[in-house]
Order: sequence, then C-alpha cells, then structure tokens
Amino acid sequence: MVDARGYSCPTPVILVQKAVKSGAPAMLEVAVDNWCSVENVTRFAQNAGYTVSVEDFEGDFKLTLTK
Amino acid sequence: MQKKKTFWKRYGLLVITGLGVGAAAVLLTALGNPANMGFCIACFLRDIAGALNFQRAGFDAQVGSGIVQYVRPEIIGLVLGSTIIALIRREFKPKGGSSPMLRFVIAVFVMIGALVFLGCPLRMVIRIGGGDLNAVVGLAGFVIGILIGILFLRRGFSLRRAYKQSMAEGLAFPVLMAVLLVLLLVRPGFLAFSAKGPGSMAAPILSALLAALVVGVLAQRSRLCMVGGIRDAVLFRDFHLISAFGAILAAVLAGNLILGKFHLGLADQPIAHMEALWNLLGMVLVGWGSVLLGGCPLRQLILAGEGNTDSAVTVTGFIVGAAVAHNFGLASSAAGIGTGPVAVAVGSGLVVLAAVSVANMQKLEG
Repeated sequence: MVDARGYSCPTPVILVQKAVKSGAPAMLEVAVDNWCSVENVTRFAQNAGYTVSVEDFEGDFKLTLTK
Repeated sequence: MQKKKTFWKRYGLLVITGLGVGAAAVLLTALGNPANMGFCIACFLRDIAGALNFQRAGFDAQVGSGIVQYVRPEIIGLVLGSTIIALIRREFKPKGGSSPMLRFVIAVFVMIGALVFLGCPLRMVIRIGGGDLNAVVGLAGFVIGILIGILFLRRGFSLRRAYKQSMAEGLAFPVLMAVLLVLLLVRPGFLAFSAKGPGSMAAPILSALLAALVVGVLAQRSRLCMVGGIRDAVLFRDFHLISAFGAILAAVLAGNLILGKFHLGLADQPIAHMEALWNLLGMVLVGWGSVLLGGCPLRQLILAGEGNTDSAVTVTGFIVGAAVAHNFGLASSAAGIGTGPVAVAVGSGLVVLAAVSVANMQKLEG
C-alpha cells in the first residue's frame, strides 16, 4: 500500500505516479488523509485507466485502484 | 451531449470559482479597492501587517499614517469562508508539523518576491486582465519559478509529513481572523489605518467581507490554486486547476472592458513599475517558493481555514515578509524599486530556496 498520509500537494499523486510507472500494477491501494488528495489521486488514476473506489481507513481514506 | 456533461462535471466548479473570483475583483475595485487590486492576497496581508504597525511604509507625519495600512476584510472572509464550509462538510482536520520553520522562511521570501513585483499570482492575473503587460513579464517569471520547483518535486522534494493536531491548534488561526474582524469593526486606537495611498482605498467592509466569504467557500470546494494549475499541467498533464486560471482572466478582462478600465501597455499601469528584470525575478521567487509550499498564497489561506497549521504558519510568514519588505525598502511602488537592496534580497531568496530544495530531496517512501 502507498501511504501518502500527511503529505501535502502534489506528493500523494507523485507517489502514485511512481508506483504506477514501476510496473503498472493491476491493483494498488493508496492511503491519504484529506479529501483534496482523494480527488487528486482519483483524477490521476482515472486518467491512467484505473477504476477507483474510496473507503474509510482509520479515520482517513483508502483508495483502491483497479484496472 | 455526453462529452459536454463530462466537461461540466470536471471543470464546472472550478470555472464558476474562477469567474466568481474575477467578478469579485472587478466589483470590489468598482466599490473602492485600488485599481487592478480587487483581490490581492499579498497586498492585503501587507496592509494587515501595516494596520498592526509592523510596517509604516510612506509614513506621513501630517496625516499620521503610512500608505498601506488597513485590516482587509477580504483576507478574513476567505479564511472564515473556508473554515465554515470545511466544518459543515467535515473536512476541517487540524494537522501540522510538516517543516513549519522552513515553510515560514520560504513564505517570507515568497512575500518579498510578490512585493517586488507588486502582487501575488492572483493579482498578476488580474493585472493581465487590466491590460498591464508588466504582469505578462511577471507571468513568465512565475512559470520559470514553477518549472524550477517541479525539477525538485521530480527528484523527491518534500517538506515531509504533517500529523494530526488538536482542535484548539487547528482553530487558532481562524479564531485570530475572527478577532481581527472584531478589531476592524471597533477600530481601536492602536490599529493604524491609512489616510491616503492604496491602504486608504477600500470597498465597504460588508461587501468586501461577503464577497470574500463566497470566494472562500468556492475556493475551498474547488481547491483553486494559481500555482497548482501550471504545476499539474506540466507534472501530470492534468488541466483541471488551470481552467480556473483562464476563467479568472476571462472574467476580469470582460469586466474591465465593460467598465472601460482596460488599458493595454507597459507604462502608467496602476500600482506597477516597469523594471522587467525585477518583475521577472520577483515572480520566480513566488512561483518556486509556492511549489515548495504546495500552493499559492490564496490556497494557503484556504488551507489555514481548514485547520492546516503549516499553512497558518506560512501565512504568518507572509505577514512578516511584508513587514521585512517595507521596513528594508524592498517593496516596490509605482515610483519604481530600490535596486540595491532588492538585488540582495531577491538574490538571497533564490539561494535560500535552492538550499531548501536540495536539502529536502529524499527517497520518497509511500
């Protein structure tokens, strides 16, 4: 899982971009701690061809990216 | 039809926010704010620094005040608008601790850069919309600064993680803003208000506050950011945020054309100077510093309103930077700039940003 909690813009998206580039995984989990990052990561993932689902995660958010 | 709907869903809120900011800027200028300064985060924080007597630029003993001293309700409204909507939508999350001191230092130099150019990124766009070509030079510097920042982002630059904080810590900054609003309404003797100059030109408190509250809510919802637009377009080929940039420009341009306030040229622009090199380098500092901070000055106000105390520290840095800029003759005016001190300050700023950038490159671990 990519744990991007606590990072400010645009680091969460950069972390996801790195994970996607290194091997284009079919499934990727990302944790973020604010709704702005949820939106940003979702937008990036959708542009990269992933479907995104969001759930609660220890009071923060967990995004599941699937292709 | 489907495509149109998608476009609206993706860009609708940002375009509305951009048009709202642009319209508010034109409206507030018509109601009394200085020309091409309907909304300027740097200028208004500078005025607040003046009202608190942290700086008394252009002090005139006869009238007993400087020229840029006023408690701008626009700043208060932006922060409180963000706080209110964040609380309602459960997005108010106190957090902080991501290199606060480095953020403070970066913010000081971002503000110095903005006051050398005479405007934050928002006023830069508003100036372009008024036909001020000096701001196009500023835009070039701004883009260069953002590109430099991106080089470091790509090499793992980060100011590290922030952590959850207490509700009291998160609310401290919004409460300070509310106190400032009370002080503005009471006008106690220890605050200074300009009798002349840009600081004396202001829209009525209620209209400025209401406009800013609306913009604050919209900016919180849409994540409007002047730096993020260009940054994300370059970094991720994501043109989401930059759409607001265009919308602000369109709204200001249309408003100025309708009101006959559009004057294309370099010379005689309101509260501007023609020193191209310093307009450029000032905005390099702003662009680069803002990328390191994760957002433009407007965005920092909105984040501070959401309980982000790193952004609250950043805004404090802006206020201190404004005081430094005016107390040491670094801030420009329509009369021009103080080249010697400005060269030293801008040069130091570039060195500091480079040092901070290099020192915080790391192997990012998710």
